[in-house]
Amino acid sequence: MSIVVRNVSRRFGDFVALDDVSLEVDSGSLTALLGPSGSGKSTLLRIIAGLEHPDTGQILLSGRDATALTPQKRNVGFVFQHYAAFRHMTARDNIAFGLKVRKRPKAEIRNRVDELLNLVQLEGLGDRYPSQLSGGQRQRMGLARALAPEPEVLLLDEPFGALDARVRAELREWLTRLHDVVHVTTVFVTHDQEEAMEVADQITLLNEGRVVQVGAPRALYDEPATEFVMRFIGDASDVGGVLVRPRDVELLQEPANGASEAMIVRMTILGRDAKIELHDSTGAEIVAVITRDRFDELDLWRGQTVWVRARRKRVFAASGH
Amino acid sequence: MARLSLSRLGLRFVALGYLAVILVGPLTIVFWRTFEDGFGAAWDALTTPETIHAFKLTLIITAIAVPVNTVFGIFAALAIVRKRFPGKSLLNAFIDLPLALSPVVVGLALFLLYGREGWFGGWFDEHGIQVLFALPSMVIATIFVSLPFVAREVVPTLHEVGDEQEQAARTLGANGWQTFWRITLPSVRWAVIYGVILTTARCLGEYGAVAVVSGRLQGQTETATLRVQERYDAFDLAGAYAISIVLALLAILVLVAMTVIRPKEETA
Repeated sequence: MSIVVRNVSRRFGDFVALDDVSLEVDSGSLTALLGPSGSGKSTLLRIIAGLEHPDTGQILLSGRDATALTPQKRNVGFVFQHYAAFRHMTARDNIAFGLKVRKRPKAEIRNRVDELLNLVQLEGLGDRYPSQLSGGQRQRMGLARALAPEPEVLLLDEPFGALDARVRAELREWLTRLHDVVHVTTVFVTHDQEEAMEVADQITLLNEGRVVQVGAPRALYDEPATEFVMRFIGDASDVGGVLVRPRDVELLQEPANGASEAMIVRMTILGRDAKIELHDSTGAEIVAVITRDRFDELDLWRGQTVWVRARRKRVFAASGH
Repeated sequence: MARLSLSRLGLRFVALGYLAVILVGPLTIVFWRTFEDGFGAAWDALTTPETIHAFKLTLIITAIAVPVNTVFGIFAALAIVRKRFPGKSLLNAFIDLPLALSPVVVGLALFLLYGREGWFGGWFDEHGIQVLFALPSMVIATIFVSLPFVAREVVPTLHEVGDEQEQAARTLGANGWQTFWRITLPSVRWAVIYGVILTTARCLGEYGAVAVVSGRLQGQTETATLRVQERYDAFDLAGAYAISIVLALLAILVLVAMTVIRPKEETA
């Protein structure tokens, strides 16, 4: 099922959470709503779910206007950052909830819950209460619960935000695999650009309530539309007034045309690459990544003064930041 | 460490001593006095038709007031925590009013409302409904004085639980009614039960407001607490003590129920 957001705006008092946002999510895709905190991404997700109402604009689900529909009627699955587990129910009853309120036959509910417990790898834990599950297990239960009524859209609000780094990495990988199995249109909110790059096939980048750029992860990295996108997605340093990626910083031992002076403060070997951190004459940090061959050839040391210049200059179409 | 535990012991001693003087002492004397003349005398005092009627009346009033205040308390708490509406702070303050107001004043206010010259009194009079000096005014008085307890217990629990579970239920296809019965109510159930127990205790013990509006007609509008006063005034101390004992036992029963429920709440 496709999602279309058309000219949606939302204010909370004086704060503009969303400012004329339009967006299309293709059926079956795995889309990330990415942005810094306060960019409006969670509000947008909640408006798609019907948990929040837009001041103006429209939400279309599968081409039908859903703006006035309650969440109950939208057939979306929603996964909350803090799980929103039903604390007085077992994992099994949590997952069965959406089927029970739809008054499905008991046998069908039992089978579906078993199937989902398997899918989210919680076999044997069905009779536990949420307080007896770990954070990662609770979130997988939340996912199974959201998937149980076979929603046409799966919406996840910072689903891994409350988990520690190791579990988060595990669940990320697991979500991408799940999406390969269950081809449900999925939108997830994150402030973590790495997470968005790793999991999503489409990224919508928001800032201050506006859509800044939409595209595949690669496109956002390789062709950022604005300086903001370039800084937000991947590392970027200011070299001689130009914004460049670490790999596009050229290191020279001698002064050269267009090169400026910088001092090496730190060097890290990253397998076949080396990461060099430098300070320019104003003290601003520059990050360069060079190959090991080049690193060995240059024979650098900490505290050494070198010359840096941008190998590839980027001109932004829009002047925003 | 030794000093700390010593001061802790002192604190405990003061707290328990205070309780002993204020609470346990009088209660023990009441028990002792009741059975001074033997169990038979106490039993005789309890089984007079007037006393039995008084207990029945107290139970009837409690049986009406508690469910009414439970339903009101839950919905008032939901309104205060979840909704925004004009007059919300007024409702919030109004719920606490019975705690601040002397029950006698409440009784007097009801008297003024439902009396022959009162705002509603004339209307009820015309329709042949006896409000004052009858069950209706006593129920209203009791409902008023025991109003805050369920709402006051449920409000903080609703705050603590938050509304995310309710949102989740709605995205899963539950309508408002299903969300209330399957999610909201179960998640505050211990607070509701605790509130019901407190309300029950308050209803059983109500004296002031009911004393004003009932007219204290023996065998008709006399509740158990009023009966205690009546026996006392009639120099039937044994009778007064016996009824007090039953009321005290009911209160203790309620307290025991409360302590049994409390630990469950924490593990739930």
